[in-house]
Amino acid sequence: MNKGLKTLTNGILTENPTFGLVLGMCPTLATTTSAVNGMSMGLATMFVLICSNVVISMLKNLIPDKVRIPAFIVVIATFVTMVQLAMQAYVPFIYAKLGLFIPLIVVNCIVLGRAEAFAAKNSVGLSALDGLGMGLGFTLSLTVIGAIRELLGTGCVFGAHIFPENYGALIFVLAPGAFICLAYVMALVHKLMKNN
Amino acid sequence: MIYFLIFISAIFVNNIVLSQFLGICPFLGVSKKIDTALGMGAAVTFVLTLATIVTYLLNMMLVAWHVEFLQTILFILVIAALVQCIEIILKKISPSLYQALGVFLPLITTNCCLLGVAILVANGTNKLPMGADHNMLTGTLFAFATALGFSLALVLFAGIREQLAMNKIPKAMQGTPIALLTAGLLAMAFMGFSGVVG
Amino acid sequence: MAKLESTFKNMALSLTCITLVAAAALGGVYMLTAQKIATQAEEAKNAAKVAVLNGVEDGVAIETEADGFGGKIKLMVGFAQDGTILGYEVLEQQETPGLGTHIVEWFKNAGKPGQNIIGRQATGAFSVSKDGGDVDAITAATISSRAFLKAINSAYAEFMKQQGVDVSTGATMVNTDAASGATQPCVEHKDGCCEHQCNHECHKEGCCKEEMEATK
Repeated sequence: MNKGLKTLTNGILTENPTFGLVLGMCPTLATTTSAVNGMSMGLATMFVLICSNVVISMLKNLIPDKVRIPAFIVVIATFVTMVQLAMQAYVPFIYAKLGLFIPLIVVNCIVLGRAEAFAAKNSVGLSALDGLGMGLGFTLSLTVIGAIRELLGTGCVFGAHIFPENYGALIFVLAPGAFICLAYVMALVHKLMKNN
Repeated sequence: MIYFLIFISAIFVNNIVLSQFLGICPFLGVSKKIDTALGMGAAVTFVLTLATIVTYLLNMMLVAWHVEFLQTILFILVIAALVQCIEIILKKISPSLYQALGVFLPLITTNCCLLGVAILVANGTNKLPMGADHNMLTGTLFAFATALGFSLALVLFAGIREQLAMNKIPKAMQGTPIALLTAGLLAMAFMGFSGVVG
Repeated sequence: MAKLESTFKNMALSLTCITLVAAAALGGVYMLTAQKIATQAEEAKNAAKVAVLNGVEDGVAIETEADGFGGKIKLMVGFAQDGTILGYEVLEQQETPGLGTHIVEWFKNAGKPGQNIIGRQATGAFSVSKDGGDVDAITAATISSRAFLKAINSAYAEFMKQQGVDVSTGATMVNTDAASGATQPCVEHKDGCCEHQCNHECHKEGCCKEEMEATK
């Protein structure tokens, strides 16, 4: 049980995909124009992570070593397409905003990375927990970055006004703001981690 | 003229890395030296153009058979296979070129530039200058120009980082944060191009 | 269970099986969602149609699009019979957040007559003040504003076409919808065209083509 808990918190804190492992930078920068967008992207990725981790862990003995990467990619791409179809059907507005970055979950290094580094070596239960932990960690980072950019850029968080109507340093919702915001948040996290 | 505009638009105005956020991993990962940046840029240019043509044709089959939902899975497999093939062929016919690009090839499969551009072009959603039609010719040119834009951003960034390496940087900012900050400033510079091509 | 050896047979078998199962699973999910995805777009459009007509019963909703700054801008525009704009909704847009995205509400701000287009008589030639027109563009988003007005203008052209007015020639030819075969009233032509119902083209000289032929 203890091991399970450790696996879970590992992804959220110590090996946080964004701040610790520095993986999946593309969606982190591109989809965090608002807190909601960041969170939706995080949740979509989490679903794929959990499912692919579970399935790959189940199949790990049936996949010969030499073809494991293509096999993993097929499994991951299948779940990504499922998410894509489900989002198109039930949350078309969010899908329209995230657009291209949903199919691109396939090439998000976190998903293939966890399949290779964790699911291919561990039990189904632990792999599920690892997927959940990593997914939560990713969602958390994306939501935080999204919220900061939304606040600085438009004065809102989750669409609710915090600063007066006309406030907003627009640069933060545009491309350069993504890089700059992530840079400072990452530096802050590194600083806090060191102090602990 | 319109073909020229496609190049301006894809290289400067809508630069794939600095304004579309595709291919950030290699952008941060292989940009410490100008030499490696050039190698990576060349490899991406080669594979991206080829992959776009192949996936564009395959997508026509998917549409004809009404199985568009297999797009993601088919494209990523094709790209992976293509990269592998290019590696084998290069090794056979041009060992010198293989030596220059070889190390970068395996990294390209998971470069989201490739899948991203392939999907954009196949679905006709790539950003073209006003008045250009979405077809195979413009798609291929777009892919080629996009790859050039990627190489340009990568080489510029590597140049800055080579200089940066000699500076003293606060501890918390070392590594990725300062790289991201630099990229942010570069992105700001590229924003100056916005609106150049309508 | 021991791990499968990397023999050619095993590799081919395992990859084929995984791909087949994956394709089958995807096919299943596709069938479950296809219906919903198809109706989803339709529902959104219908909701937009109701919204842009603003309660006017004989208004006409027109779907239109133009190339914006970041991609296609798709609009639903509502016209009253006399060509007054009743409302618009943005169906799709990929403009710059915080700038071009303002097209969603900018042009229906009743408090700012310079930028508001609701209630104006469409002319088919709206343009931003910068280009000599009378509509105020979104601050720092002229390209998006131009594209938006272009979409509105082409919606108006489509509206006039549906009303039986060929804007390109300016002639007031009244055409019946031959494809649907529906009977439409012949609107009075300026030089005295027939007023009654007919299935055929309304002839310029004053009568239905059918009648003309009958009298020949």
